[in-house]
Amino acid sequence: MNAIRVPVVEKILSANDQLASQNHALLKSKHVFSINIMASPGAGKTSVILQTIKGLQGRLKIGVIEGDTSAVTIDADKVNEMGVPAVQINTGGDCHLDAVMVAGGLQQLPLDDIDLMIIENVGNLVCPAAFDLGTDINVLIASVPEGDDKPYKYPAIYRGLDVLILNKMDLLPYIKFRPDYFKEGVEMLNPGLQTFPVSCVTGEGISAWLDWLEKRVKEEIR
Amino acid sequence: MHELAVTESILQISEKYAREADALKVTGINLVIGKLSSIVDDSVQFYWDIISNNSLCKGALLHFERRDAVLHCNQCSVEYRIDTSLQPCPNCGSPDVKIISGEEFFVDSIEIEK
Repeated sequence: MNAIRVPVVEKILSANDQLASQNHALLKSKHVFSINIMASPGAGKTSVILQTIKGLQGRLKIGVIEGDTSAVTIDADKVNEMGVPAVQINTGGDCHLDAVMVAGGLQQLPLDDIDLMIIENVGNLVCPAAFDLGTDINVLIASVPEGDDKPYKYPAIYRGLDVLILNKMDLLPYIKFRPDYFKEGVEMLNPGLQTFPVSCVTGEGISAWLDWLEKRVKEEIR
Repeated sequence: MHELAVTESILQISEKYAREADALKVTGINLVIGKLSSIVDDSVQFYWDIISNNSLCKGALLHFERRDAVLHCNQCSVEYRIDTSLQPCPNCGSPDVKIISGEEFFVDSIEIEK
């Protein structure tokens, strides 16, 4: 028997990446613009999504995939109530969505009748960063009460972002959150990142995010 | 928790290359993981011992090569390593930096017997 070293040099999770590109190709062929929304638990993913649906109703046709770790349907129900097609993916305790789960979700939605697909990832700042879903853009919702050190503690998720939404800006006067320190961390990891400071309570900043998103969707799907 | 998915991927990749090389068994797997990749080596090892049990990779040793996070300052061109937390350039203080290593996340090679 000979001991032999075989060169490999293959990225771990490459199988996920391949399926993610299939998801992307499917969505492109159906002229659907897609966004992957990530955040820690409680940052306001569902609130931002509901505000986004409300604000874009009549402007774009929206579909939603909800990732949850258990079989509760609270978030998907809220979306369905707004008359938007939504499917819930129960990850069975897994801490993230992956491209396989999203492929399953896409099969259950009327893609021909959707302009914007919103995918709500599982609340977590670590694992979702490693799994490409095949969306056009990755969005992180950070929030003021989480603290200004999050880019420093979770660099991987900030690296892969296209848009950052900083939620709960209405709490800024009450919390020790240094916007400059936060921004410097973001800048080191992702220079020039498109950022929207918002509050889902006061409505501050929401229209800037909606206008940007609508413009981007219309450019991509026309 | 995503260490399980990571470990399954390592097994899948290793078995694919082992079969292509007509290996009788795999004795070692060399991984390159940057320090900015949030993977816990011990957890991967733990899952590995379980899921590789009925495969060509049974008993194979996982070798982790951890690459340091190295940043390059775009202002003064200094290169520096970060150990604990992300920080601006220690020379000029600028946050205008580029990450040049530390995000590696791949199977580099496998060691087989045939």
